[in-house]
Amino acid sequence: MKRAGFTTVWLPVALLLPQLMIIAIFFYWPAAWAVQSSFYLQDPFGFGSTFVGVENYTDLMTNIEYAKVARFTLIYTALVTFFSLALALLLAVKADAVIKGAKSYRTLLMWVYAIAPPVAGFLGLMFFDQRNGPLTEMFQFFGWDFRLGADYNSTATAMVIVAVWKQIPVNFIFFLSGLQSIPKSVREAALIDNRSASGRFWDVTFPLLAPTAFFLLIINITYALFDTFGIIDTLVRSEPGNNPVTLVYKVFVDGFRGNDLGGSSAQSVILMILVLALTVFQFRLIERRIHYT
Amino acid sequence: MAQVTLKQVRKTYPNGHQAVHPCSIEIPDGELVVLVGPSGCGKSTLLRMIAGLEDITDGELMIGANVVNDKDPADRNIAMVFQNYALYPHMSVAKNMGYGLKNRGASKTEIDAKVQEAARILNLGEYLERRPSQLSGGQRQRVAMGRAIVRDPELFLFDEPLSNLDAKLRNQMRIEIRALQQRLGVTSVYVTHDQVEAMTMADRIIVLNAGRVEQVGTPTEIYEQPASTFVAGFMGAPPMNLMTAQIAAGRLQLNEETVLPLDPPAIALETVLVGYRPEDVRLGGDGSVVLQVEIVEELGAHRLLHGTLGGQPFSLSVGKDEQAATGPQPITLPRDRVHFFHPERGSRI
Ligand SMILES: Nc1ncnc2c1ncn2[C@@H]1O[C@H](COP(=O)(O)OP(=O)(O)O)[C@@H](O)[C@H]1O
Ligand SMILES: [Mg+2]
Repeated sequence: MKRAGFTTVWLPVALLLPQLMIIAIFFYWPAAWAVQSSFYLQDPFGFGSTFVGVENYTDLMTNIEYAKVARFTLIYTALVTFFSLALALLLAVKADAVIKGAKSYRTLLMWVYAIAPPVAGFLGLMFFDQRNGPLTEMFQFFGWDFRLGADYNSTATAMVIVAVWKQIPVNFIFFLSGLQSIPKSVREAALIDNRSASGRFWDVTFPLLAPTAFFLLIINITYALFDTFGIIDTLVRSEPGNNPVTLVYKVFVDGFRGNDLGGSSAQSVILMILVLALTVFQFRLIERRIHYT
Repeated sequence: MAQVTLKQVRKTYPNGHQAVHPCSIEIPDGELVVLVGPSGCGKSTLLRMIAGLEDITDGELMIGANVVNDKDPADRNIAMVFQNYALYPHMSVAKNMGYGLKNRGASKTEIDAKVQEAARILNLGEYLERRPSQLSGGQRQRVAMGRAIVRDPELFLFDEPLSNLDAKLRNQMRIEIRALQQRLGVTSVYVTHDQVEAMTMADRIIVLNAGRVEQVGTPTEIYEQPASTFVAGFMGAPPMNLMTAQIAAGRLQLNEETVLPLDPPAIALETVLVGYRPEDVRLGGDGSVVLQVEIVEELGAHRLLHGTLGGQPFSLSVGKDEQAATGPQPITLPRDRVHFFHPERGSRI
């Protein structure tokens, strides 16, 4: 195949420039600024800052509160990722079995996808309303004194449920198209080879979905870690108090409520490193395997 | 091994399309039966009903002595080879072949032995650990065959298994599949739209047309005595010449000038369709029948002469040693090679 090329280096650079500038202004510059300020201690009234070296980081490592938030974030991410993937896969498998209805079904689920995180949070507030939220009533029916915003476990549960609910449609769409891209004849061959439906699922369907599932795993971890900010902020009504929060939310709380810009910056640098690691992991694995054909 | 019996089996798809009209077929034990017909005539539908991949709308399907209408595909003791091979892309060749056995509770040593044996028969020994994506089309085809034979099924089902291969490989695999089937003696149903495959492989051919069985017979019967103009036209390349002739005063007339030196069939009709296979007609003769040759087609081993006879298109096949030229050529129509068909119904007379 013949490769088209540019005759000068300036044209491609000029074409890329707007994109590079956006990345520089909105990503590299704040990132660099965060790295820099993570080595300073800001005066709480904004009158200047002192260089403190890695003190912000060592403070974090010994901070019990930070460890607690990190532990919660880990559990929260694991739960949100697991349930939004598992439920979406279940729904996709069921939808795929009745291909006919799949279209309207798909559209119905797509709607949730179109809801902005804070709106999802508000809907969650309604569901978990103390006086007449249906889910609150359900929990209370089962003997759990559910108190959103007042009780740690209640808020944590609500955060997981709303975040999962918000993410299922995205996962569903990907799983469903993954399922539908499995050749019909391969499934039919499995139908002849294996009489057990669950056997066919785990031996044939699931491995063929693995590339989709892996991609979604990374997307979902990132989502639970970072994109659930709006949901959390709404559910805790911007009043963390005794409520659980995730690492990203803590960056915001410490930086903008506590005015501890140095510590907050150090936290965001740690999160950046986490994302970097996740990305490297993803590319490594994608390169290595999980694709067939 | 088993015989397969279809009793008034039909298929109407949920959208109301009747893909297979009620049909009754008996496939004797150990035979290879070819379902042949143009694309869309219902071959795959019929085969998939036998496999259990498609519900049977009405009628009864028996494999051996059992009615299997309501059995799952996995419980019918069949193996199927698909057009695109349908191998499991994430499994090695050995796993692909052994998967069905594993699910039937075979021991690991038994699976290994069977897979090794199939690999030996199909020359796949060195590829057992490869993924299907690392194989050529012909090798994938063999793996699909291997997957079918390791299970020792009662019935093989083939849905156009060779149509994704190039012509040379197709000819080779055709012979291999036929030899393998004869050696194993497994009853087989083979779907194809290729009349050459049908003629060369079949013990018995079933010609389908628009969801109906047109004719059932051995390749010779189908070729020598086509039951209808459809079969006559579909089986054989180039197809049989079909001419409309008037029956007037005991003579067969193509037009004012051309009278065929044949006795018309003893039937009360004004017109009849006269059929001749191109290779049954000879060049030369007493000049009573003259073919206007317009094109000579060189095919190496033989030549095709295309032209008109009494104003109707007509082709003639001659050996490569016979001289052929365009223009008027006297020909001979042997009396014992003629086929007559009903002008409206197309059925053989
Ligand atoms: N799932 C289906 N729903 C409706 N019509 C179908 C379906 N599958 C096949 N058909 C129709 O049934 C007819 C026979 O199809 P098929 O058996 O696949 O033909 P063949 O294999 O001879 O080419 C075709 O007209 C096709 O369009
Ligand atoms: Mg077909």
